[in-house]
Amino acid sequence: MRVDNHIILGKDERKETIEIKVDGKTIQAKKGEMIIAALMANGIRINRYTVKKKEPRGIFCGIGQCTDCVMVVNGKPNVRTCVTPVEDGMIIETQYGVERGNR
Amino acid sequence: MIEKEVVVIGGGPSGFSAAVEAAKRGAEVLVVDENLRAGGQLFKQIHKFFGSSTHQAGVRGIDIASELLEQARECGVEVWLNSVVVGLFKEKKVTIKKTLADNSEKLEIIQAKKIVIATGASENAVRFKGWTLPGVMGAGAAQTMINVNRVLPGKRILMIGSGNVGLIVSNQLLQAGAEVVGVIEAAPQIGGYGVHAAKIRRAGVPIYTSHTIQEARGKKNVEKAVICEVNDKWQPIRGTEKILEVDTITIAAGLKPLIELAMMHDCKCSFIPQLGGWVPLHDKNMESTNPGIYLVGDVAGVEEANTALEEGRLAGTAIAETLKYISLGNARKLKKEIWQRLNELRMGPFGEKRMLAKNNILTAYKI
Repeated sequence: MRVDNHIILGKDERKETIEIKVDGKTIQAKKGEMIIAALMANGIRINRYTVKKKEPRGIFCGIGQCTDCVMVVNGKPNVRTCVTPVEDGMIIETQYGVERGNR
Repeated sequence: MIEKEVVVIGGGPSGFSAAVEAAKRGAEVLVVDENLRAGGQLFKQIHKFFGSSTHQAGVRGIDIASELLEQARECGVEVWLNSVVVGLFKEKKVTIKKTLADNSEKLEIIQAKKIVIATGASENAVRFKGWTLPGVMGAGAAQTMINVNRVLPGKRILMIGSGNVGLIVSNQLLQAGAEVVGVIEAAPQIGGYGVHAAKIRRAGVPIYTSHTIQEARGKKNVEKAVICEVNDKWQPIRGTEKILEVDTITIAAGLKPLIELAMMHDCKCSFIPQLGGWVPLHDKNMESTNPGIYLVGDVAGVEEANTALEEGRLAGTAIAETLKYISLGNARKLKKEIWQRLNELRMGPFGEKRMLAKNNILTAYKI
């Protein structure tokens, strides 16, 4: 859920949206926002599954330190989605272990 | 190889205040930061700062950041964003993976005369059953999501920890439209300032002291939290479990200094729990045990943005002095004023522990 109106920060003036593809599904993102923000605004909380136990992981630190939120972005694995901005047409995939899943 | 008089690693409040202080006296300063935006964590601090008017009390963190960056521009501080320090060598050579305008990367080696390490701190985790589930995150992560990215991390939130971060972020989650189901605190009393606790209590948020979290439950993300009371030895009391319906659990259990670069450079460190754990030692100029390497802000002991700003000024002044941009007498006067302000910030029941711990650093430095 987006915070469109804020008591201190005011109205969110970022109007321009772009489209990204997450696991094959097209979603709207605000231009220039971090990937994790677009995902979270669209209710997506799982970024990856761990190598051995295949457990789900989501955002933990939010500032690029912990690498819990990494995903496969435009074919490249281990991209930190909390510090990487969206680009129009970006292809984002849930990461399984260290690679994309076999769908 | 590029030569710079001063290289500052980390573009948060302490790094930039050191940069501004040195640059406005005439030094040539480069600030390197791995993020896309300068300002460190100030931009998520939308609350008004505490302290007296000399410490910008009543000014919001976001406004302090904007002003500081403007000052840096005015006095000609060079800033490399999206650039990571990957090496630090004995001769004060700094290796930086720099991102260029076209997004390509280039390795640059810089010969510096002085280096300021202002790398900040990272949030501590709390481990409990289910703590790795999506929906369990640092309080700082939640704060970044609502105040910078403007997206709510969840609808019903449990905050772990009642220090100032836990209390302030709880209030900011309410401001962003989330429901804070409760704040839990293992100690028998609230950790942070009464005024912050009062704010969220007025909004109806219960603060459970002498409570801990036992478990986060959920299949693929957080659906419930199990909390329980603890005894005076902080052990869970059986039969006191409560189940809270939450989708998010945020952890505010303190921070620890990011000392890797300082350690890599053989700066002597000491374990000081009051300042977040292992911290590199420094003298009254914020200089480490390695001459010419300075430490400012949370990396020199976790405190708050105001002390970070003052420590930055201290290092910046000391650097301007040793590079002979200001006279010894002038530097002595400026540093004395800064120390007075730092001492004021470290007074009172909350500041006193930090003051003692900081004095321990200064004493250990001399040994």
